[in-house]
Amino acid sequence: MSSSDSSPNPPDRRALIAVSWLWVGLPLGYGLYELVQKATQLFTG
Amino acid sequence: MSPPVAPPGWSRWLVPPAALSVHLSIGQAYAWSVFKPPLESALGLSGTQSALPFQLGIVMLGLSAAFGGTLVERNGPRWAMTVALICFSSGFLISALGAAVEQYWLIVLGYGFIGGIGLGIGYISPVSTLIKWFPDRPGMATGIAIMGFGGGALIASPWSAQMLESFGSDSSGIALAFLVHGLSYAVFMLLGVLLVRVPRTEKPVESGPAVFDGVQVSARSAIRTPQFWCLWLVLCMNVSAGIGILEKAAPMITDFFADSSTPVTVTAAAGFVALLSAANMAGRIGWSSTSDLIGRKNIYRVYLGAGALMYLLIALFGDSSKPLFIVCALVILSFYGGGFATVPAYLKDLFGTYQVGAIHGRLLTAWSTAGVLGPLIVNWIADRQEEAGKHGASLYGLSFFIMIGLLVVGFVANEFVRPVHARHHIPAPREATADVVQRQQPESA
Repeated sequence: MSSSDSSPNPPDRRALIAVSWLWVGLPLGYGLYELVQKATQLFTG
Repeated sequence: MSPPVAPPGWSRWLVPPAALSVHLSIGQAYAWSVFKPPLESALGLSGTQSALPFQLGIVMLGLSAAFGGTLVERNGPRWAMTVALICFSSGFLISALGAAVEQYWLIVLGYGFIGGIGLGIGYISPVSTLIKWFPDRPGMATGIAIMGFGGGALIASPWSAQMLESFGSDSSGIALAFLVHGLSYAVFMLLGVLLVRVPRTEKPVESGPAVFDGVQVSARSAIRTPQFWCLWLVLCMNVSAGIGILEKAAPMITDFFADSSTPVTVTAAAGFVALLSAANMAGRIGWSSTSDLIGRKNIYRVYLGAGALMYLLIALFGDSSKPLFIVCALVILSFYGGGFATVPAYLKDLFGTYQVGAIHGRLLTAWSTAGVLGPLIVNWIADRQEEAGKHGASLYGLSFFIMIGLLVVGFVANEFVRPVHARHHIPAPREATADVVQRQQPESA
């Protein structure tokens, strides 16, 4: 959903949305991967 | 600085990544412990001394969130994120200088004092904006951002450790690591500064309820209401109970099963701590989103009521079943995270969106109080029990029953939360579609 819009053709923001989510998602994915590696030690350590 | 108003066609799904870029960065604070051993050996510090930058940072977080909240509401999220970026990054840069010239006070000043201001302003910076963009799902929206604060440590902990391994753990290696942190976080947080926008009108979502419909209470009035203090108590009790487990998680699980046929190793205990972090993070987004469906008061009934039940199960049967102990601890930690993430939406329900960020900032003093209260109870009692010759699970039994008591106090306080009396409301806006910028003028009362 977007903000109220009076112009007929608002710019397509999909690429910007994808890039911005990747920007924060990739480091978070790295952190989660490291976390899972460590958490498995509870069952294997 | 005027709040950045969204241009036509701006998507609200650009706001959560803006918030995450800030929260994932400032969440690094919880990974400070990575720097402690190198600092202790390089600068000849004690454990207490090396904890000082983190402790001062958390104090400054509470103070700047409490006292800077009105400024954040007045100047908007971009101003707040810019301040957070400058303070948090320059804190690292000053610390880099401190490590390079081996002047520890510069690290305390940089990371603790200046960086701590960045933590507080950064923490509350996106809250109000997210609630305005997602009036239909405020719990989910703030849950995403506040989950980021938990996620920040997950990223920073291995990243900082690897950096110290590469650069070396002497003072020049630490200085280089601080420098890289400062510059990297500045670039990373810049996304938030550039992306964040406030809605163009007061009704950003065509299908959602009007943002400024209903009750609106200023921050100054809010702290004079019993609802604010009931919520303060709810948050304080919930956080105290969570920290009670989090603070001593590794020694606790080791002590609980020390006499069993399958004792818990140091490595496995570290895995348990990591699993608790995952539950904390999952609770922030999961429970907070659930609150949009079942209501804020009900979700806090679950956090506090079911949380007390989990503590009771651990106290009575925890040492006889490892899976039971682990599951109960995970649920408690998910409630701990959920409590943090749901409270902005609860504040919005009670006080409206007008100055919800500033009210949230003031409420975070409950976090600071709980940060002292929770560990104090668990550590003090465990020490006394040890002196009395007790060991294993019996070191913690009394602490758990105190935690149950705290959660019951929080549960009762939640039951006292009622709609705010009309005398605290601000006058209704003359035009429902007035521009949001006009509505963000400081209160004159």
